[in-house]
Amino acid sequence: MPPGSRKVNDLSWMIGGPQGSGVDSAANAFARGCAHGGLNIFGKREYYSNIMGEHSYFAVRATTGTVRSHVDVVNILASFDAETVFRHARDVSDDGAIIYDPSLGSTKVADVPTIDRRASSDLRAYLNGRGLGETVNDMLTAAKQRGIALVPVPFHDLLEQVAEEFKVDQLSKIARMINMLAVGASFGALRFDFGMLEKALEDVFRAKAAVVRMNAAGARRAYDLAATLEPDFRYRLEHVPGQPPKLFLSGSQATALGKLYGGLRFQTYYPITPASDESEYLEANEILDVDARSLPPETSDSTFAKEKGASILVVQTEDEIAAVTMATGAALTGARSATATSGPGFSLMMEGIGWASINEVPVVITLYQRAGPSTGMPTRHEQGDLRFALHAGHGDSPRILLASGDFEECIRDGFRSLNFAERYQMPVIHLVDKALANNSGTIPLPRLSDLRIDRGNLVPDGHAYSEESPYKRFDFDKGPMSPRAVIGTENTIFWNTGDEHDELGHITEDVVLRNKMMEKRDAKLQLAGREIPDDEKINYFGPRDAETVIVSWGSTKGAILDALDRLWAAKQKIGFLQIRLISPFPTSAVAGVLEKAETRVDVEMNYSAQLAGIVREQTGIAMTHTIVKYNGRPMSSSELFDALTAVHLGKAEPRTVLTHGA
Amino acid sequence: MKPQDFATEVHNDWCPGCGDFGILRTIQMALAELRLEPHRVALVSGIGCSAKTIHYVRTYGVHTLHGRALPFATGIKLANPNLKVLCVSGDGDGLGIGGGHFVNAGRRNLDMLYVIHDNGVYGLTKGQAAPTLKLGVQTKSLAHPNINDAVNPIWLALAAGATWVARGYSYDVKHLRDLIVQGIQHKGYAFLDVLQPCPTYNDINTKEWYGGEDRKEMNAGRALPRVYKMEDEDFDPVVRDASEIENKATQALEKALEWGDRIPIGVFYRNGLVPTYEERIQQRIPAYFEKPPSLQRIAGPHGEPLTDLTKLVNRLTIRPT
Repeated sequence: MPPGSRKVNDLSWMIGGPQGSGVDSAANAFARGCAHGGLNIFGKREYYSNIMGEHSYFAVRATTGTVRSHVDVVNILASFDAETVFRHARDVSDDGAIIYDPSLGSTKVADVPTIDRRASSDLRAYLNGRGLGETVNDMLTAAKQRGIALVPVPFHDLLEQVAEEFKVDQLSKIARMINMLAVGASFGALRFDFGMLEKALEDVFRAKAAVVRMNAAGARRAYDLAATLEPDFRYRLEHVPGQPPKLFLSGSQATALGKLYGGLRFQTYYPITPASDESEYLEANEILDVDARSLPPETSDSTFAKEKGASILVVQTEDEIAAVTMATGAALTGARSATATSGPGFSLMMEGIGWASINEVPVVITLYQRAGPSTGMPTRHEQGDLRFALHAGHGDSPRILLASGDFEECIRDGFRSLNFAERYQMPVIHLVDKALANNSGTIPLPRLSDLRIDRGNLVPDGHAYSEESPYKRFDFDKGPMSPRAVIGTENTIFWNTGDEHDELGHITEDVVLRNKMMEKRDAKLQLAGREIPDDEKINYFGPRDAETVIVSWGSTKGAILDALDRLWAAKQKIGFLQIRLISPFPTSAVAGVLEKAETRVDVEMNYSAQLAGIVREQTGIAMTHTIVKYNGRPMSSSELFDALTAVHLGKAEPRTVLTHGA
Repeated sequence: MKPQDFATEVHNDWCPGCGDFGILRTIQMALAELRLEPHRVALVSGIGCSAKTIHYVRTYGVHTLHGRALPFATGIKLANPNLKVLCVSGDGDGLGIGGGHFVNAGRRNLDMLYVIHDNGVYGLTKGQAAPTLKLGVQTKSLAHPNINDAVNPIWLALAAGATWVARGYSYDVKHLRDLIVQGIQHKGYAFLDVLQPCPTYNDINTKEWYGGEDRKEMNAGRALPRVYKMEDEDFDPVVRDASEIENKATQALEKALEWGDRIPIGVFYRNGLVPTYEERIQQRIPAYFEKPPSLQRIAGPHGEPLTDLTKLVNRLTIRPT
C-alpha cells in the first residue's frame, strides 16, 4: 500500500466480549497505551445490567486532534468471542480489520444465547440476504467481501505458549489474558510502538510485576502475529513525541475531584448504577491532603498543623431517602455535604429536597441520569430527568439546577455546585449522566486556579449574638440569605421544620409570614440569576451571526462539537448554544442568541425534547427542529453530523430520531 | 441548670392530659441534670404530635419528615460527633413509615438516644391504627377492629442491634427521667420505648388502664397498676462479657413478651462492648474525632481551596513519552 493512502493517528477501535472477561481492562490498556504515545483518547463503555456473560463492548478513538465523542464506524474490531463478531462486524469500515478467534468459526448465531430474538432475526436476515449461512465464518465472509482484513489470532495456542514460557501448570490460570492478547494483536496490526502497551500494562496491573510480564509476553506474541498477517493494514498509530501530560479520567472521577476541591467533606449514597462509582472513588480516597500555601505566613505553621487530618466521610445508607436526609443533617452542622444518585434513587429523594429547600439548607445532589422511566435500562444512557429535576417535589421549592457537558465541566460544576448551595442556601442538583460517568478520555491538565470557595452568609466565630440580641435563622431583615449558623455554635440556637416557619424556625400558619417566607426563598433564586455571570450560565460556540443555532445541554456537547468541527471545516455557519444553568433559567441570555437564528435545532438524549419545551416556556421561542435519541446509546458525532447536515440543507423533518447503537 | 433553662416560649398545642407532656418534661430534666450546654445538643424529630417536642426545647431543634428523624440525626452526629444528639418519634413515625431506618440504626450503633412516643395511634391525623396497636383492638376512631397485629418495638430494637434497650412510662416522670439520662450516657445506640397514652384517640390503653384503675376489686379497693419496674424484681440487663450476650438477649426477648396484666418498664438490655459507628470510622480515619467533617477548614482567607488534589491528579495523569 502506498504510504500516501495510509490513515495515521485517526482511529476508531472497539473491543467486545462477555461481561467479566476483562473488556474494560483491555480497553483501558489500549487507551492508555495510545495516550502514552502522545495521542488523545475518547472511550465509550457499554454494558448490560448483568454481572457475567452478557455482551459488553468498549469503543476507543485515538487521534492527534481533539476528540470528544465516539463515531459509528469501527476501524478495528478486536474480538475473542463469537457475539462480538456477530454484533459489530457490520460497523467495521470497508478498509478496517477484524481480529477474531478462528476456533469459533463454526459457531452459529443460534448458539449464542445472549443474542436475543430481535437481534438474532436481524442478523440472520442480513446473512441470508447475502446467500450466506449463519456462522461466524459467514459473518467474516460478508466482511471480507467488503474488503475488510481478517486477522485470525489462535488465542488458545498463544496462551499455551505463554504457559510454557512461564511454567504455568494450568491454562485456566492465565485464560483471562486473552483480552490483552486482543489488544496486542490490535497494536501489531497498527504497528504501534509495543513499549507503549508495556507502559499501559504497568498502569493497569500496578504493582503486580509478574502479571505485567506475562500479559506483555502474550500480547507480544499476538502483536507479532498480527503484524505478519497484515503487513499492509491501512490504519497506523504512530508515537507523537513531546506531548504535555494529560488527565485520563472518567466523568465520575472528574465530578468527584471537583467536589473534593470544593471542600466536600460528607457524602452519602445508596448503591445504584451509574452513580455509585463516584462515591466509591471518594471512599477509596477518603484521607485528604491539605494545601496550606494560601494560609497567611504568620499563621501557617500552627494553622497548617491544625488543618492536618483532612478527610471525607462517605456513608453507604439504607436507601436514598436516608441518603438525602443524612446529607442534609450533616449540612446543618456546617460540613459541605452531598449525595449522588440516579433516577430511581432520585425519585425517593423528593421529600428530602423539599425539606432542604424550605429550611434553606445547602446540600448538593449529583444526579447521574440513566434511561428511564422506572428501572428503565439501568446501565444505558439518557438525559431524561431534566424536567423532573427542575420540578422535583411538591410545592414551589427553589433549587439551583446545573448540567455538565464534559469532563472539565464535571470538575468545575462539582466545585461550584457546593458554592451555589452555600451562597444561596438551597439544594443544588447537578445533572450528569451515564455517558459522562462511564466514558473516559484524555483532557489537558485543567487550570483551576480561578476557583474560590464561597461559603455565603455564614455566621463567623466571634459573632455578636447573645441573649439580648438573639439569633434568628430566617431573619427577614438580613435576607434573603439570612446569616446561616451551624449546629454547635454558641448563642445561635435555631429550629428547623418542614412546616412553614417563622424567623426563628418555629411552625407558623400565619398568612403574612407565609407570604414573606415564600417570597424570601424565591428572592434567593432571583438573586442567583442576577449574580451568576452569563458565561457560567451558557456557552456559545461558532459564528455569532449564525442563521442555524443548535441548542443543547449535558453530554451531547462532545458529539455536537465534533460534528460542528466537520461542518465548520465545510464553511457552514452554524452556532451551538449550550445551556449549563437550568434553574434559575438564563432567559435573556438564551433569548438573545435564539432571537436572531432562523433555524433553531434542539439536540437532546430524551424522547420528548425536554429542553426545547423549557426554552419555549421561558423565552417564548420555539425550536424549528428537534434531534432526539432515546435508545439508550449516546449520540455519535457521525450520526449527528448527518442529521445536522440534513437540517442545514432544509431536508430534515421537524423531528429527527437518531437510532444508531448496539 | 434547671429544666426550665431548656424551655421555649412557643405555645404548646398538645391535647390536655397528653402523655407527650411527661416526655417533654423529662427530656428537659435530663438535659439539666447532665448539665449539657444547649448549643451542644441537637434534638431531632419526625412528623406528628411527638415531632412538635423539639419546638418546646431550647436546644437546636430539627423537625424533619415523616419517618426520617433517624437519618437526619445520623447525619448531624456523623458530621460532628462532639454533639449530643437525641431523636424523638411516634410509633407510626418510627416503626411504620420509618421502619427501615429503625433497623439500620441498630446496625450502626451510633452514639445517640432514640425515643419513641408509643401510643398505638396516629394522633395528628385523627386516630388511625399505628404499628404498636394490637390485633383486634378497636380504638375509638377505627371503623373496625385493628386488622394488623402489633410490632414489638423491644424485639425489633434487639434484633436490629441496639445496644441499650429500655421502656418507660410517661406518667412515671422520675423513672423516665432516669432512663433518658442513662440512654444519653450509654455509649452507643440507645432505644427507649415510652408508653404514652393518647387521651383523645386511644380509649383502650389509657392512663387508667396502665394504672390498673379497673382492677381495684382485685387489690382491696386500690388500683393495681399493670406497669411494673423490672429493677424492682432484680432484673439484670447488663452484658459484662461477650459470653453473656446470648443469655442477656434471650432474657430480654422473653421479658419483652410480657403484656396485658403485667407490663415491664426499665432497661431490657445493655451492652457497652460493641464499638460505636464513630469508633469504627476512626479505625479508617484516625483524625475523625478531632477533625470530623463539620470542623475541617476547607478554604483560606480569600476562599482559596485547601484541599490538595496533587496525589489524586497524579494518579490520573499520563505523561506521554
